[in-house]
Amino acid sequence: MTAGTDRRAQAVAVETPFRRFASDFFESRIATVALAVFAVIAFIALFAPWIAPTDPYDLAQVSVLDSHMPPGAETFDGRVFWLGTDGAGRDLVSAICYGLRISLGVGVMSGVIAMAIGCAVGLAAAYFGGRVDTLIMRIVDIQLSFPSILVALVLLAVLGKGVDKILIALVTVQWAYYARTVRASALVERSKEYIDAASCLALGHRRILFRHLLPNCLPPLIVVVTVQTAHAIALEATLSFLGIGLPITEPSLGLLIANGFEYMLSMKYWISVYPGVALLVTIVSINLVGDQLRDILNPRLQK
Amino acid sequence: MTVFIIRRLMQSSVVVAVMSLLVFVGVNIVGDPVDMLINPEADQAEIERVMRDLGLDRPVHEQYGYFVVNALQGDLGKSFIFGEPALQLIVQRMPATFELAIAALLIAVVLGIPLGVIAGLRPEAKSSKAIMAGSILGFSLPSFWVGIMMIMLFAVMLGWLPSTGRGDTVPFLGMQVSFLTWDGLQHLLLPAINLSLFKLSLVIRLARAGTREVVHQDYIKFARAKGLSEGRVVLVHLLKNIMIPVVTVLGLEFGGLVAFSVVTETVFAWPGMGKLIIDSLHELDRPVVVAYLMIVVLMFVIINLLVDIVYSVLDPRVRLQDARA
Repeated sequence: MTAGTDRRAQAVAVETPFRRFASDFFESRIATVALAVFAVIAFIALFAPWIAPTDPYDLAQVSVLDSHMPPGAETFDGRVFWLGTDGAGRDLVSAICYGLRISLGVGVMSGVIAMAIGCAVGLAAAYFGGRVDTLIMRIVDIQLSFPSILVALVLLAVLGKGVDKILIALVTVQWAYYARTVRASALVERSKEYIDAASCLALGHRRILFRHLLPNCLPPLIVVVTVQTAHAIALEATLSFLGIGLPITEPSLGLLIANGFEYMLSMKYWISVYPGVALLVTIVSINLVGDQLRDILNPRLQK
Repeated sequence: MTVFIIRRLMQSSVVVAVMSLLVFVGVNIVGDPVDMLINPEADQAEIERVMRDLGLDRPVHEQYGYFVVNALQGDLGKSFIFGEPALQLIVQRMPATFELAIAALLIAVVLGIPLGVIAGLRPEAKSSKAIMAGSILGFSLPSFWVGIMMIMLFAVMLGWLPSTGRGDTVPFLGMQVSFLTWDGLQHLLLPAINLSLFKLSLVIRLARAGTREVVHQDYIKFARAKGLSEGRVVLVHLLKNIMIPVVTVLGLEFGGLVAFSVVTETVFAWPGMGKLIIDSLHELDRPVVVAYLMIVVLMFVIINLLVDIVYSVLDPRVRLQDARA
């Protein structure tokens, strides 16, 4: 107990906003574990080609003779398929590593693009107000009144399959959330004195928007980023499972699960289950981190 | 009031018009049904005859013109695959989808409200924490994967329930329904639970939040002080007051259930309109895709319009705000 108080006292001595943020975050054990798990997943996704035991899409390393091996099965040359193999004889551990890379890549990239667009639009709405604001927010409202899967379905029906197409669909689904969040907090911040001060200094629109207004809108934005990224990953997996998302040349976790679905009825559960577990752990860990962020960044709950 | 409704109507028609243009032009540019539907061995004359039959030889803007005129008359084209009117195909599949969505809604309400109230009455209890953890899972698990797991567990391993399809159906009010036969009910159970999971989590949260708010109100304290039994306080005084937000949200969410049934229907091979559109997308059956999207979007626009109007009647601030903008 005293050790904890000591540490707290030390932290106060050199407290920066980031340190306080970090110590608040690590107060929750669940969130700490979730963050660690997510870090491991991100590491695997980034370095999949070096971590995975085999390259599942290199035909020289894959043999159809190894297909449908149950988890833990061993080949004659001593390799072990810890999670079994799929219908084409690919090692599932490797396939999951590569799948994570694609799922996470698409999810995060769509989030970044959507955030950039949403921030720009939301800031513009709040800063200029009037007709611009009304028009933008009407579009946001209309879009958010449709479920994300329907918006994605319309776009994919129109655009077809492909990585770029699914990115467009995911960005379209997400941008409105960012725009609404940024606008709401920018409206509050805009009426504060430092913005008036900046205007009095005759700073340009762009400088006030991006150097003064945007940084102060960040806290709620960080929460939306985590929630939306998890949502984007789940939506991509769903669309790929339905066969209208990524093409088979980009085997994300959703496609791996879809691929295993046909073997389910013959009790070869592992082909679908393990990629699903990987997807699940990813989404749940991001959501738990997001929950904790929401708790510590919410001004109403601040001590 | 009239101005408000007219403005909203105009806005809705703009949405529908934009959608129709987007869907029609896009779907036309992307897929080439000639490759899909005509025997590759066919000679040029045969190809041209089929294209003429399907109206594919006209320029795109002309095709769109025909499409709009026909759509206004309820004719959304003929399916390339089935050779039947697309609208008729979708209407045939509608009862299956609605049956599934209504069953899911019922499950969400019947299970969700009691669970939410329990979690709200004793927020610190272990059981309440378990319920809330479950609802977080319900929000974050992708429903297609949960569906697969349900099939694996209950159909393949335990063999308690059938894995796919709709089972025996009987006519009811002019529709084929499966909830009136034992076999149909068994087929309905897994997909309905699967579709309801997300809404179930939502209802649990709403009911819990409502309960925590209402429990501290004076009328609940007064009811307790009067010496009413705990059961009566909860079932009458509390429940009545938390139902308003729950019912509102559920009304809004019904459209979402229909949209998300695309996923559940594909997993469980449930022959509704969601499965039809996924199949049609794979087969590049454009008229059916266009018809489905138009019908579902129209459904959403109408639901949103009705909700807006009802809100503005109940809460005048909404329509004043709109008039000022």
